[in-house]
Amino acid sequence: MDSAVSDAAPGVTPLVQGDEPLLPWQTDPTRAPIATKIVVAGGFGVGKTTLVGSVSEITPLQTEALMTEASEETDDLTATPGKSTTTVAMDFGRITLDDDLVLYLFGTPGQQRFWFMWDDLVRGAIGAVVLADTRRLKDCWPALDYFESCGLPYIVAVNHFDGTERYEPEDVREALTIPAHVPVMIMDARRRISVIETLLSLVGHALDETPE
Amino acid sequence: MTSAPKHHLPVRGGDRKPARVRPYSLTGGRTRFGHVLLVETFVGATAGTAAIEAADERKELTSGGLARVMPEVRAIVELCRRMRTVAEIAALLQMPLGVVRVLLSDLADQGKIRVYGTGTGHGTGRPDRALLERVLSGLRRL
Repeated sequence: MDSAVSDAAPGVTPLVQGDEPLLPWQTDPTRAPIATKIVVAGGFGVGKTTLVGSVSEITPLQTEALMTEASEETDDLTATPGKSTTTVAMDFGRITLDDDLVLYLFGTPGQQRFWFMWDDLVRGAIGAVVLADTRRLKDCWPALDYFESCGLPYIVAVNHFDGTERYEPEDVREALTIPAHVPVMIMDARRRISVIETLLSLVGHALDETPE
Repeated sequence: MTSAPKHHLPVRGGDRKPARVRPYSLTGGRTRFGHVLLVETFVGATAGTAAIEAADERKELTSGGLARVMPEVRAIVELCRRMRTVAEIAALLQMPLGVVRVLLSDLADQGKIRVYGTGTGHGTGRPDRALLERVLSGLRRL
C-alpha cells in the first residue's frame, strides 16, 4: 500500500482550495521544468474539457480572459464602436512527462469571435487538436481556418459519441477538405488511451512539419 | 463494416466567404523588461519576495517609503512559493489572465518574482525537434 508522504516545505500550507499535491519539480526554485503546450480547439460541447480531463494529472483548472469582442459587422481594426467586452473560459490540464518536462493542454472555445485569444494561446504551442463532432461538423470550421492561416500544425480528432453514426476518417477528411498529410482520426475523448494516441499523432505530425 | 453514411456531411467552404484572419500586433505578453508571460510560462518566488512578506507581517501603516501591497499581489507571491504557471495562478486566484499578466510583469520588473523560459526558447516560434522528440517519448511512457 502506498503511503502518502507530504513533501511540502515547512510553513507552506495549502493556500487555495483545490490545490493539488506537490510534485518534485514544483519545489525546486533553482530550475524550472521545460513547459510546453498543446491547444485543444473545437465547438461548444464537442468534448474539449472531457479530453483534457482524461489525461490531466490535476483536476482541470479553468481560467478566464476578458476580451474585447468585435461584432461581425465591424470586423475591422480601425473600428472601435460596436465592440463589447466578453469573458471566455479556458480549461487546462497538465501532464508531467519527465522530471523536467511538463506538457499543458489548453481547451479553448472555437468560435470565430475569440480569435484574439487564440493568437496569444498558440504562440509557442506544439500544435492543435481540432476536436470535431460529425453531428455538428461546421462547428470546427473556424478552428481549421485559423490554424491553417497561422501555420500551426494541427490534426483532426473526431470525438465519436455513443449511438451516433460512424463515419470513416476519409469521409471526414473529404468534408473538411483536410490535406492528405494531416492526420484525421476517430477517437473517444473519455478514454485516456485514445486521448494519448491522439496527442501522439499530433506531436508526430508536428515533428514531420518541423525542419531538421 | 463500412456502410455508406446515410447523411452527407457538410462541406467546409461550400457556402461562405473565405475566412478573414485579423492581423494581430504581437505584444505576446512581453513585459517592459522583456519577460515573456505565456499561459504556460513558469514563475517562482525570489529572495525579493521576502521583503513583501516582512512588510506585510509588520503591518506597516506608514505612507512613507513602503507602498501598500495589494491583496492580489500578496496572493500571487504566496502562490509563487512553488513553481507555478501564469494560467495556474489566474485559475487558482480566479482572476482574468490579462490582469494576472500585468501584476506578474510588475512583480517581475521589481525582481519580486522570477520568470522562467518556456519550451520555445525565447517564447517565439515553435518547439524544436529535440523537444518534440522528448514529448513523444514522454507520451509513449504514459
